[in-house]
Amino acid sequence: MLAQVEIRERSGDSCIARNDFCPGWIVDNFDRYTDPLAEHLFLTVAAVACGFVIAFTLALLARRRRWIVGPIVGVTGVLYTLPSLAVFFLLLPITGRGTTTALIALTAYTLQIIFRNIITGLDNVPPDARDAGRGMGLTDRQLLWRVELPLAVPDIVAGLRIATTTTVGLATLAVFAGAGGLGEQIVTGSNITFKTGVVAAGGLAVLLALVLDVVLLTVQRLMTPWRRAQPA
Amino acid sequence: MMVDLPLGFLSDFSEAFDFIFNTREAQTGGVQVGGPAEVLEFTWEHVKVSGAAIGVACAVAIPAGLALGHAGKGELLAISISNIGRAVPSLALIAFFVAYLGVGFTNVTLALVLLAIPPILTNTYVGVRQVDRDVIDAGRGMGLNPQQVVRRIELPLALPSIFGGIRTSAVNVVATATIAPLAGVLTLGDYILSANVYGQDGRLAGAILVALLALCVEAAFAGLQRLSVPRGLALGDHI
Repeated sequence: MLAQVEIRERSGDSCIARNDFCPGWIVDNFDRYTDPLAEHLFLTVAAVACGFVIAFTLALLARRRRWIVGPIVGVTGVLYTLPSLAVFFLLLPITGRGTTTALIALTAYTLQIIFRNIITGLDNVPPDARDAGRGMGLTDRQLLWRVELPLAVPDIVAGLRIATTTTVGLATLAVFAGAGGLGEQIVTGSNITFKTGVVAAGGLAVLLALVLDVVLLTVQRLMTPWRRAQPA
Repeated sequence: MMVDLPLGFLSDFSEAFDFIFNTREAQTGGVQVGGPAEVLEFTWEHVKVSGAAIGVACAVAIPAGLALGHAGKGELLAISISNIGRAVPSLALIAFFVAYLGVGFTNVTLALVLLAIPPILTNTYVGVRQVDRDVIDAGRGMGLNPQQVVRRIELPLALPSIFGGIRTSAVNVVATATIAPLAGVLTLGDYILSANVYGQDGRLAGAILVALLALCVEAAFAGLQRLSVPRGLALGDHI
């Protein structure tokens, strides 16, 4: 284990050699976190984006054919239950190691949350709003895009926020699928005892989750100007 | 010939099942690995560490959630703890405990307890708050003291929500216990993480076993959640 620590030591800092928590080391070595952070961001955003596209398509199908909601919730529920780490290695014989495998597993995990929230959002549209839209002569498609989806934005974004925060956490496991990310800075070989690295990488992951959460909240506010007009 | 087919990966899976049902020599030589006895041993360790964590988490989070929900206080804490809990990567949590407190069953259990508390606490709180005020007033009118209100009205009516929280936690804990071998607790995750010992077949076998275990836990708690709906409520849907 000492050998591990010595390899990491760059600035001859004895704090690192003792494996204490060394804030100074994080500042000096911040460059080693930029690439994993970028990979982590990519994995998260790509997985949630793919998950959203798939879930959205399924939700639009389910809007017409109500009976497929049950089967979709069932199948995505199984995908949601399967531990990501297991999925990485179940996929290994099929897609190999790397970003693709990690992305498939992370995307599969987000489907349930996003799908449920889109359905809830569409169900929560007040019947009056729908009637008003129909009364104004909107076609079914116009009703969906101009009335129902805008009103469903808060529920949809709520789903995206949960999915995003969870995916940031799960993406730390992507290191086991050979897809990099911040997990790389937590696990060295099969060693997870480098105190400073654990705090730095874990802290960055939490920070990333918070930043993405704020971004999504901001998007929601921009997309629902009518909610700002009335005091909450 | 199998390899030329697009379904060549199926042979990988059949090898993995062979690993589960028959022992074989380790990649590192010498010892025998795989087979039902070892699989059961790792499964038991996996269930033990997960169960201990869920048990402790319930013992902490349910009373806390009942107290907060009954008093109607600490809403911000009870709700936001779930959001914060979700943002902390489970790998970082385990690594933090191992790096600062060391390896071993107790430390892994503690880390998993922290992971399991938020959903149970939030669901208990929400479950209690959702109890119809009229029902509580009726209970008070019948002369129940506050403790009896909690035990006879709020707890039973909140049970489905509480079990929902336990279900979320349990699935999450079982998934996270997969990385427990990094902290010296040999769960089914050891097959996945120590491929140098168990080989590729062992690794795939581990992934299959962990997936099956998670599905079983999910199914079991989904069943419990359904059973936990008080009889009066289950019958009274049409009122």
